[in-house]
Amino acid sequence: MSIWVLRGLRDGVVTTRWPAKPDPYADAWRGPARPLDAPDSGRPADLTDLCPTGAITVTGGTVRVDQGRCILCGRCVAERPGVFAWSEGVTGPAALTREQLVIPELPETDEAVQAARARLRQRTAALRRSVYVRHVDAGSDGSEEWEIQALLGPVYDLHRLGVFVTASPRHADVLLVTGAGARGMSGPLRTTYDGMPDPKVVIATGTDAVSGGLLAGGEAVTGGVGATVPVDIWLAGSPPSPFGILNALLIAVGYLTPDGRRSR
Amino acid sequence: MTTTEPDVHALWKILEARIVAGDRFAGLFATRIADRDPVTLSAHVAVKGDGEAGGDIDTLEVTLPPGETRYPSLTRRVGAAFWYERVVHDELGLVPEGHPRLAPLIRPGDPLPRHVEGYGLFTIPHGPVRSGVLESIEYLVETPGEAIPHLNMRVFYKHRGVARRFTGMRPPDAVLLAERTEGIASVAHALAFCHAVERMAGCAPPPAAALIRVLHAELERIANHIDVAVRLADAAGLAVATARLALHKERVMRLVSRMCGSRFGRGVVVPGGVSALPRLTPAELRAEVEGLAKQVTDDAGALMATSSFLDRLRGTGPLTPARARTHGALGPIGKAAGFADDNRLTRPYDGYPDLALPPARAHEAGDALIRLRVRWEEVDQSFGLLRRVAAELAGRTGDQLRVSCEPAAGRALGWAEAPQGEVLYDVALAGGRVVHCQPRSASFHNLVLMHEVFTGDILTDFPFIEASFGLSVAGVAL
Repeated sequence: MSIWVLRGLRDGVVTTRWPAKPDPYADAWRGPARPLDAPDSGRPADLTDLCPTGAITVTGGTVRVDQGRCILCGRCVAERPGVFAWSEGVTGPAALTREQLVIPELPETDEAVQAARARLRQRTAALRRSVYVRHVDAGSDGSEEWEIQALLGPVYDLHRLGVFVTASPRHADVLLVTGAGARGMSGPLRTTYDGMPDPKVVIATGTDAVSGGLLAGGEAVTGGVGATVPVDIWLAGSPPSPFGILNALLIAVGYLTPDGRRSR
Repeated sequence: MTTTEPDVHALWKILEARIVAGDRFAGLFATRIADRDPVTLSAHVAVKGDGEAGGDIDTLEVTLPPGETRYPSLTRRVGAAFWYERVVHDELGLVPEGHPRLAPLIRPGDPLPRHVEGYGLFTIPHGPVRSGVLESIEYLVETPGEAIPHLNMRVFYKHRGVARRFTGMRPPDAVLLAERTEGIASVAHALAFCHAVERMAGCAPPPAAALIRVLHAELERIANHIDVAVRLADAAGLAVATARLALHKERVMRLVSRMCGSRFGRGVVVPGGVSALPRLTPAELRAEVEGLAKQVTDDAGALMATSSFLDRLRGTGPLTPARARTHGALGPIGKAAGFADDNRLTRPYDGYPDLALPPARAHEAGDALIRLRVRWEEVDQSFGLLRRVAAELAGRTGDQLRVSCEPAAGRALGWAEAPQGEVLYDVALAGGRVVHCQPRSASFHNLVLMHEVFTGDILTDFPFIEASFGLSVAGVAL
């Protein structure tokens, strides 16, 4: 056993300081696609047909990308680099309303976001720096679980921020839900949610959990977990990066605001 | 090669004889392309081939008479068909007559009755919401308190209807879904799907693309095997080993994301080749691989010298060589029990024929310890392959990466060796779109073996056995 004591010291501190200090890996992260502010003269169908999940819409000459549907395949960026680009950094794809993931923002979104922010702030005021998280897989492809597990490793080390994973929903403040909303998991997911004490915050973790991704419309899934539990934070990504999940967790506990600022 | 038999009995007889003669049962599926079409049963048999001649995976088919809803069960003759026939029943309502336990498997249904009855026996449910961050599955452990005479698995909770979602997609979109069929083996699933499409079109990826495919497939293997080691070390309570290995896994995933933007190698494999060159030069790649290899090998060596850890694995969850052979156990689980059929060797694809992958070492104890040892041996081999790929790529950075591959119609099997074992895709296209796609992951084929490895093991061995299998539920319930 003693061999492990020295091994534990071998690489020094490998843990990120994010969000207190910037982290190059987080800043360089390639997020969902976004439309560039460029007028497009082509047929709308040429753009909308690019996306395998129907995330692209064109209304009145404005090209919009619903990042909650984006699975980061990059086809739009590769085919039409003048119209679409990758978003950069990890703080982009988390939103307080489903509509807020549509870029550029729809006109009615701002008010709804303000209301959602007020509601969330009211609830998270009770959460201080000891927050317990429960995870439920509602039909993921397995990759989201890897990224959440990564947060427990030495590089991200969730515990340094006072956030812990718990087995019991009775102890949980935050529910991380992954997956497209498999119908077989609707009951267990609902039971877990009901078993959590108030106040509680639900994070739809990943594009599948937000919209169903490529599985949306299939008869075995509800097309996102919002159909089963009320979602507070919508996190896009297929899968989201560990930093993205960390960011969503810190928004959930009121430590960060969705635009990346420290709130306390 | 596909052959059609006149009736089900004839097919089962040939199938049984071939398995006795040494071929491997690789799956049984039922297909009905249009609603009123008759049902076709397709059994896949893997042939090793001898010497220089590469092996193949044959398909034996029989079309049932129109309107027929029953057929004689294969499970009585070939035990490995046990779960396959339950899926056939779930998906199309066909009844395999004489099946020993025809309960729902991948579609939600009535719970199974308890298997073991007697005084003092009770059932401990694990799941579907697990303790810890794990995929949803329910294990019903029937126990008198310590031993585990029977284990029931209910995998249907996270059934996502993936196989049906392929229908109507064009191949470039379908690859994206294949990557999300079993997310931790994204590259292998994308490869197996693309191999099927490429077989239909009669094309092959250019040499540089074939190497880049190997590059991503092997990094995926390393990440998966380290992940299993992390879970085993965690189960044994070795905090430092868990942290060290988790750090290495993160390094592997960051290397993948630096090359292609995705931590799971998604978007790299496309029909006819790969989408782009890695964003690292071959020299940078080589340096990264050398650094990783040294660190991983070193900590793996320390882990395999930690006696308190080895004691938990030795003799735990053994699969007998005889069972591995009759079931055709895939991947590291098969290799650990003396049944090695690695597609990279026996049915090589992409860059593997030229990379001289050495054959795996022979093992037969089949327990959790040997399964982990096999994984470390595979990790060593993968690092060797990565070094060779980096060297080969050095002179090819300007090469073509993709050939046109747009078959309009046809049907073909494609395969790839995932970290969990063989992934198989049966794909049919018409009018340039998928009309049928049946993925078969190694996780599906192997998980059923967990029923059989608890002889003599007790409740506290459960996390070790589950982790040592290293499977993904997403690939089971589809």
